Amino acid sequence: MREAAGETIAGWGNVPVPGHERLTEDLEGATREAILCRGLGRSYGDSSLPPPGAREVLGTRLADRILDFDPETGRIRAEAGLSLFELNRLFLRRGWFAPVSPGTQFVTLGGMVAADIHGKAHHVDGCFASHHVQRLRLRVADGSIVECGPDREPELFAATCGGMGLTGHILEVDFDLRSIPSPWIMAESRRVADLDQFLAALKDASSRLPFVVGWIDCLSRGRSMGRGILDAGRWASAEEAGGRPVPWKRRLTFPFMLPSWLLARPTVQLANFAYYWKHLPKVRRGLRHPESFWYPLDVVREWNRLYGRRGFTQYQCVIPDAAGRDGVVRFFELLTARGGASFLCVIKDCGPEGRGLLSFPRPGISIALDIPVRDDTQALVDALNERVIAEGGRIYLAKDTFTRAEHFRAMEPRLAAFTAVRDRWDPERRIRSAQSVRLLGDPP
Amino acid sequence: MRAAIFGATHGMGRAIARRLSERGDRVFILGIDDDDLARSAADLKARSPQGHDVGVAVCDLADTGTFAPALQAAEDALGGLDAVIVTAAVFATQEALEADLARTEVLLRLDFTNTVVFCEHARRRLQERGGTLCVFSSVAGDRGRKPVVLYGAAKAGLSAYLEALDHKHHDAGLKVVCVKPGFVKTGMTAGLKPPPFAAEPEAVAKLVVRAIDRGTPVVYATPIWRWIMLVIRSLPRFVMRKIGF
Repeated sequence: MREAAGETIAGWGNVPVPGHERLTEDLEGATREAILCRGLGRSYGDSSLPPPGAREVLGTRLADRILDFDPETGRIRAEAGLSLFELNRLFLRRGWFAPVSPGTQFVTLGGMVAADIHGKAHHVDGCFASHHVQRLRLRVADGSIVECGPDREPELFAATCGGMGLTGHILEVDFDLRSIPSPWIMAESRRVADLDQFLAALKDASSRLPFVVGWIDCLSRGRSMGRGILDAGRWASAEEAGGRPVPWKRRLTFPFMLPSWLLARPTVQLANFAYYWKHLPKVRRGLRHPESFWYPLDVVREWNRLYGRRGFTQYQCVIPDAAGRDGVVRFFELLTARGGASFLCVIKDCGPEGRGLLSFPRPGISIALDIPVRDDTQALVDALNERVIAEGGRIYLAKDTFTRAEHFRAMEPRLAAFTAVRDRWDPERRIRSAQSVRLLGDPP
Repeated sequence: MRAAIFGATHGMGRAIARRLSERGDRVFILGIDDDDLARSAADLKARSPQGHDVGVAVCDLADTGTFAPALQAAEDALGGLDAVIVTAAVFATQEALEADLARTEVLLRLDFTNTVVFCEHARRRLQERGGTLCVFSSVAGDRGRKPVVLYGAAKAGLSAYLEALDHKHHDAGLKVVCVKPGFVKTGMTAGLKPPPFAAEPEAVAKLVVRAIDRGTPVVYATPIWRWIMLVIRSLPRFVMRKIGF
């Protein structure tokens, strides 16, 4: 395929590199030559971008057929390009839901495995691939097709869960949908005044409810540092939902790139203030539409244009339980001291670590922030990474654009095991990404 | 509705088959490859609220001998046909066709001659008890244009055939739907840069299914192309010689 002059490709953070995406319906055929697969491109950084020397990634989103569905058990097998949006559209009203769902439904099954995604229910359900996928069909680097799962080629499987697509091209995914009592959520949201109360509220909600996540106003300082809104819920029972159907929502598209300067500190401060006080009552309870509960940001398509042409990065780390409350406070103190203005700051306490060798979650507090790209972004990420290393935590590869290789090595003692699996299945590093070149030292 | 869809394993045909299955219609799919057909049949069955089984038959646009047996299999499996939908076709850029006369010959034969032959088989079956023949032509057939000299010629012929078919058989109960898509983002156009107004296959499927339900004789997908082509058709020759569109 020809590449138009100046063609670029970017992750969700809109920080582009030269290259393009080749879409295919025939994943099995096209992966023979591919360097890297890309689903819906919702990883923020360079996980789905081609290495500098290759310039092409294989787009999987047209390979989206369901290959088997058992309406008795919920077992489903599908091509890797099937999106969670499509899965929800088809199965939510039939009483089924994915065992784990991230904060957007515009992701493919292949991407959900590659990032071993977690969601609001991590403390009870774990990660998608590590805890729920039964079988994967992979095109490995030597061109052959290998099936793996918890009980077949378990090392390859563990490396593939959260392995960012670097162990083989994911062709098919096999897992169980979960039967739900109704498509509605019985939600409970709570306005929380400071960080200590927030951490306590997270613990309390997680002990009572399966879905818990919090939003923090990370510009607030001093006594109100860490104030925010805690969102929790569970599936509503059939009686609570009263058999009402789920109306399908219209989506708006963010129409243009906002100028980058608009997202300066005062704007974010104002927006955060408004969002916090919009939640006037201390606690709100009631039925919520599943889309607005699970995917609040999906309502506006291409909301990443908000951050303008320079784009943004998301920084997500987990501060382990061992570092405790003080570890989280130290992280937020560093962040506010460096003025990391962020609309979105999402906090959640994670459950046990999964099987995936590079899977992100571990017991502790996970913090995710949007950081608009500025001249000092690299320095900010470096500083945050040094803090996270000191606390014994780690970062989420699906979000990362700026981490340095030496920082990544310092926070990933599991890297040697992952490298050993790649040495066995792909010694020449045929399958690689811009991210693996940057962080793992793959050939460009 | 009981529909046979030729080309249902890919692109717009896939999207139409899905839309019909999801609303409970019964479909039977025709395509070249056994394995590919089986995978699409599983997909459609999973989408059908009633879990309808989806039958398949091998049918190759390059081999007119496969047409009658495939349509017969569809009719037998569904117990009659209410609609036959044809999305199967081949595509190549003008550049590629100019460089390769053999390829040009294949494209002209498949997209015109063989498609019309398939439609004639389908017409005979549908005519007896009334039904809809829905065939994918293209906006490329609306006026001779530089980027689609050959592909456009085949589609122009197909559009003319479908129009006349409607004139001749409409009163006897045969409904003919001629679909004219503009640029649609499918596997077929994957190597090309999407122009303005490029559509998703799901949007086209929605328009086409509505047109089949209503018996609309010509449907532009998406509708903006009706107005674009109206302008293009009215441009004088000296302008068409200058522009690259």
